[in-house]
Amino acid sequence: MTSKPFWDAITDTPTSYVREPEGAHPPADFPPYKSTQRRHPKEPLVYLPQSITEITGPALGSDRVAEGDNDLTRQHEGEPIGERIIVSGRVLDTEGKPLRNTLVEIWQANAAGRYRHKRDSWPAPLDPNFSGAGRCLTDDEGRYSFTTIKPGPYPWGNHHNAWRPAHIHFSLLGRAFAQRLVTQMYFPGDPFFAYDPIFNSIRDEDARKRLIADFSVHDTRPNWAQAYTFDIYLRGPGATPFEEAY
Amino acid sequence: MIFPTTPSQTVGPFLSIGLPWAEGEYVVPEGTPGAFRLGGSIYDGAGELVPDALIETWQADPAGRFADLHGHGGPSELEGFRGFGRSGYEEGDGTWSVYTVKPGPVPWLDGRMQAPHIDVSVFARGMLHRQVTRIYFADEEEANAADPVLGAVPAERRSTLLAQPTDDGYRFDIRLQGPDETVFFAV
Repeated sequence: MTSKPFWDAITDTPTSYVREPEGAHPPADFPPYKSTQRRHPKEPLVYLPQSITEITGPALGSDRVAEGDNDLTRQHEGEPIGERIIVSGRVLDTEGKPLRNTLVEIWQANAAGRYRHKRDSWPAPLDPNFSGAGRCLTDDEGRYSFTTIKPGPYPWGNHHNAWRPAHIHFSLLGRAFAQRLVTQMYFPGDPFFAYDPIFNSIRDEDARKRLIADFSVHDTRPNWAQAYTFDIYLRGPGATPFEEAY
Repeated sequence: MIFPTTPSQTVGPFLSIGLPWAEGEYVVPEGTPGAFRLGGSIYDGAGELVPDALIETWQADPAGRFADLHGHGGPSELEGFRGFGRSGYEEGDGTWSVYTVKPGPVPWLDGRMQAPHIDVSVFARGMLHRQVTRIYFADEEEANAADPVLGAVPAERRSTLLAQPTDDGYRFDIRLQGPDETVFFAV
C-alpha cells in the first residue's frame, strides 16, 4: 500500500475517504421517479473536505443489537408465511478490506408485499408473525447474516401499473460519517427490473447489478432455507488532488 | 480504489420499521448538564412539510471529542455520550428532533479550529441518495466568522446552516429545494 497519507497508524483507520466517480450513485433529480421532483436540491453541492467530523462515526453496538435480532422469523409466537431465506455477505471497503463490528440494519415487506406500517395502504394481508426488521454487527471478517422470508413485490403510485421488484432495505453505518450508506438488495431474475425507476435510477448497468443478490446453492441449507449472498462495498481510504492541496 | 462502491437507493416511505428506535433521539442521556432539544421542520420544494424523512446527526462532545469506535482524537469522556442522533417517525408531522449538547471546537485539516458544528444526513422517500448538511450555531458569531467550511459557502446562503436559539434549545429547519434551500455538501 502506498496510500499511507490516508491512513492513521494509531487507530488503524483511514484519515480520508475516496471521492466516488460521477454516476456511482443515482442522480438526486430523476424524473421517472416522481417523488424526486420536489426533494432534490437545485443549488450545486458545496465541496466539503473531510475533517475529523467526517472520518469518525458512531459505535452503535450492544445498545442497538440484541441476541437474535438477525432472525426475522423468530420474533413472534409462530413462524411467518413465505419462503424462508438466509441473506448473508460481507461489508468491505473499496480496497477489499472487511469492516468489522459495524452495524447492518434491514427492513422489508412480508411475503405478500405488505409492510407493517400505518401508511402502507396496499390491501395485501399483514402477517401476525412478521414485523420485518432485523439488525446485526459484522464479525471479524466483515460478515453478516440474516434469516428472514422472501419479501413480495407490491404496487405503488408512481405511474400506471407500477410495481416495485421484491427488495430488502439495507442500512450501513460503516465506521465513518463519510461511509454512511442506505440501499436496497434485489433478487435475481425479477421481472419488474425493466420497469422500476428506482432500480433504473442507477444509470450504469454494472452498478445496478451490484444490488442484485446471488442465489447460493452452497449456503442453501437442506430441508430448511434457500440462501442468497450480497456483499456491500463502502468507500475506502483515498483522497483527491484538491484535498491534498488544501 | 479496487472495488466500486455499492450504489445508494432511497430509504423509502416505510423506514420507521427498521431505523428509528426509542433511544435514537438521545445523543446524550436525559439530564446531561447543558443538554437541549435541537430540531425543526423539513420542507420540500413546494414548501410542504416532509413527514417521512429520517434525520441523523453526528458530532463531538463539548470538549471536542468523539464517541468514535476507533478513537480518532481520543475518546469522549462525557458519561453516556453517543454523539449520534436519529429522528424519524411512523406517522411524522414534518418535524425532527434530537436531544443533545453543543459540540466543542474540533480541528480543521491545517490545525486551525472549526466552529462548533454537527454533521447531518437527510434521507427520505424521493431522495435516491442522502444529502449531507452541517448545523452551526447562530450564537457562535466569532467562531463562525473564522470557520473554513462556512467561509467556502456563498455568503448569502450561510444563514441556512445556522441553528437559531429557542426557549428550549435550537431550531434548524431543512429545506430540500426552493427559496432558502439548505446548503448541502459533497463529502
